Amino acid sequence: MKKIRIDHGRIIDPANDIDSKGAVYIADGKIVSVIDEPSGFTPDIIIDASDKIVCPGFIDLSTRLRDMGHSRKATFKSEVLAAASAGVTTLCLQPDTAPVIDTPAVAELIRELAQKAGYPQIYAIGALTQKLDGTELSSMLSLNQAGCIAVGNANRPVKNLLILRRAMEYAASHDLLLMFRANDFDLGNNGCAHEGVFATRYGLPSIPEAAETIALAQCLELAELTGCRVHFGQLSCKRSVIKIHQAKKYGLMVSADVAIHQLHLTENDMRPFDSAYHVLPPLRTKADKQYLRQGLAEGTLNSICSDHQPHDLDAKLGAFPETEPGMSALETLLPLMLKLVAQHAITLAQGIACLSANPARVLRLNSGALTPGFSADACIFDPELNWQVNSENWKSQGGNTPFWGQTLKGRVTHTLQAGKIIHWLIERG
Amino acid sequence: MIDNLQLNAEGKLQHFLSIEGLSKDLLTEILDTAESFADMSEHKVKKVPLLRGKTIVNLFFENSTRTRTTFELAATRLSADVISMNIATSATSKGESLLDTIRNLESMFVDMFVVRHALSGAAHFIAQQTAPHISVINAGDGQHAHPTQAMLDMFTIRQLKPDFSKLRVAIIGDILHSRVARSEIQALNTLGAAEVRVIAPKTLLPAHVESLGVSVFHDLTTGLKDIDVVMMLRLQKERMTSALLPSESEYFKCFGLTEEKLKIAKPDAIVMHPGPINRGVEIDSKVADGPQSVILKQVSNGIAVRMAIMAMAMQKSGTA
Repeated sequence: MKKIRIDHGRIIDPANDIDSKGAVYIADGKIVSVIDEPSGFTPDIIIDASDKIVCPGFIDLSTRLRDMGHSRKATFKSEVLAAASAGVTTLCLQPDTAPVIDTPAVAELIRELAQKAGYPQIYAIGALTQKLDGTELSSMLSLNQAGCIAVGNANRPVKNLLILRRAMEYAASHDLLLMFRANDFDLGNNGCAHEGVFATRYGLPSIPEAAETIALAQCLELAELTGCRVHFGQLSCKRSVIKIHQAKKYGLMVSADVAIHQLHLTENDMRPFDSAYHVLPPLRTKADKQYLRQGLAEGTLNSICSDHQPHDLDAKLGAFPETEPGMSALETLLPLMLKLVAQHAITLAQGIACLSANPARVLRLNSGALTPGFSADACIFDPELNWQVNSENWKSQGGNTPFWGQTLKGRVTHTLQAGKIIHWLIERG
Repeated sequence: MIDNLQLNAEGKLQHFLSIEGLSKDLLTEILDTAESFADMSEHKVKKVPLLRGKTIVNLFFENSTRTRTTFELAATRLSADVISMNIATSATSKGESLLDTIRNLESMFVDMFVVRHALSGAAHFIAQQTAPHISVINAGDGQHAHPTQAMLDMFTIRQLKPDFSKLRVAIIGDILHSRVARSEIQALNTLGAAEVRVIAPKTLLPAHVESLGVSVFHDLTTGLKDIDVVMMLRLQKERMTSALLPSESEYFKCFGLTEEKLKIAKPDAIVMHPGPINRGVEIDSKVADGPQSVILKQVSNGIAVRMAIMAMAMQKSGTA
């Protein structure tokens, strides 16, 4: 395997508390050294990272790559290109694929598809319950042995708290991580927008915050009861942040993330009946956004995910309530994180940690840092480069983003996954 | 965005989707135009040739007798060719998407769609997707808007109480699920009504309802005080099965409009209802058929107001 030296970049590696200029040395797919030159190192490839930032490759805790039964929306092939161009080197795949990831055979198939797409670091989240129908436990241990990094029920409900308790007890027996989307389905009442001023004005079926906070509170209680490790995904409101903060204060082993769009958009940004803004959980209020940002800054929320959900055109064409929720979000992840930094919501080191070291810790992966011996997953980006979200630059098969047409600042120029260059931006002179 | 979609570059009506984004002047113009059509019904020849040669398609994805009929009559009296389609029972049940239905009809050289749909935003979606020469009139979309109903109610109010700035209006019943209520509130506020109240139990009010520009009451006796116009809303039977209300009789006891309750309002208050009415549920028969009721007037005014809106939306291009 080729030896690579990344020169002249500003290296930011929060896990190792590094923020300085220098070189990164890579050989045999692993980080060899950072800043200090190893003796006798002769690179085959030199990447010039002048005026750029070199950091660990990003780890995304929630993505959907579609494919298989949903291949008209997107395929592994299309989406790994999007991931690579976004600096993402590790992906967690939600189990609501078609078929769902509830047997080792499907987990195996996911691994094969990932290999074939030339992007092996796709980790499936195994279904918590069979067919995700919320009634019978899946073979979690077998799923884990087949490569599933955690278990979860995607956005589907678990039928009742007794089943959730049993599932969490079982997961805890094998020290499996539960990735939980807090959402009470009954309270959600088939809503498609936040229960607030916007939904009231436009007569949209709405989802109260309590749909999230009540499910969150219940799961926190069960985490205490069962000892299950829980990571809460895609929190959307103020009171969820407060609940996680309290739980951590009392020593509960829980963590939480937020989807990048929730840190920027609120119900006030929604254009009437524009399905690009249809996401679940829904875009909430300014106060919620502020709290989510603060939660990140204070470490209550430790990760940012893309919550990438590419869709075909038809899925977003229709009356708002009947369109499918979700944004295609991998490629806007970095520029939107940088915008948080520019708006002084978090520091650059925090932002990078939320995309690398922290999710690695959630998943207990030896990655997310430029530590010698770790897999050489790295991202090099130009924080000043402006680019337009348009079909020329966009890689994902799903163009469903409210940022379409906008010019964003910050672009990944190189991505390395296990020492292999999987993205190299050709800059037009 | 809503206003841009409804109005063309000269600020004329292109589509009629929602009251939101329309000016007081434009609403007044609609009422004035309707005035000129109003007495036509009593003429021997009930037709004007304004829309001769135009094709109007009533697309009803949700059943409705009254609204569809008045739209049909309005189109016919403007001399347009009109076709009514009950899509609730045809194409979409065969799996055809909303967009495909529209595309198919578009290619039959239609000039106007009148759309009723069970989902909020359906009329906006069609207006966005349809060819630029086609006008879209919203005949009710989900819980969002029913702007022609609001305009015919404004017309009816104006006939009896011409100065909106002196009016206190109470809307009573299922505000949460009511597209009529949302449009009435916007129309009344745009026309400068002194006060708009909503009176309902909390289960039938949307969150932050006060953001619509209304004062909120949970009790008829206080809510009806000093009221000039009482607007009743229909109570759907399914509200009982979805745990929003305990029973029809309890609802009638609290929010049903009886002669006695009506006495709390101003003595010359008028009583309105968009229909169809549930006698003994939201309104007592004595009130519905009583001297203060203008319910049937609303229905006949529906034709003139819809004629006005159709004519104005079709005039925008100026081409025959």
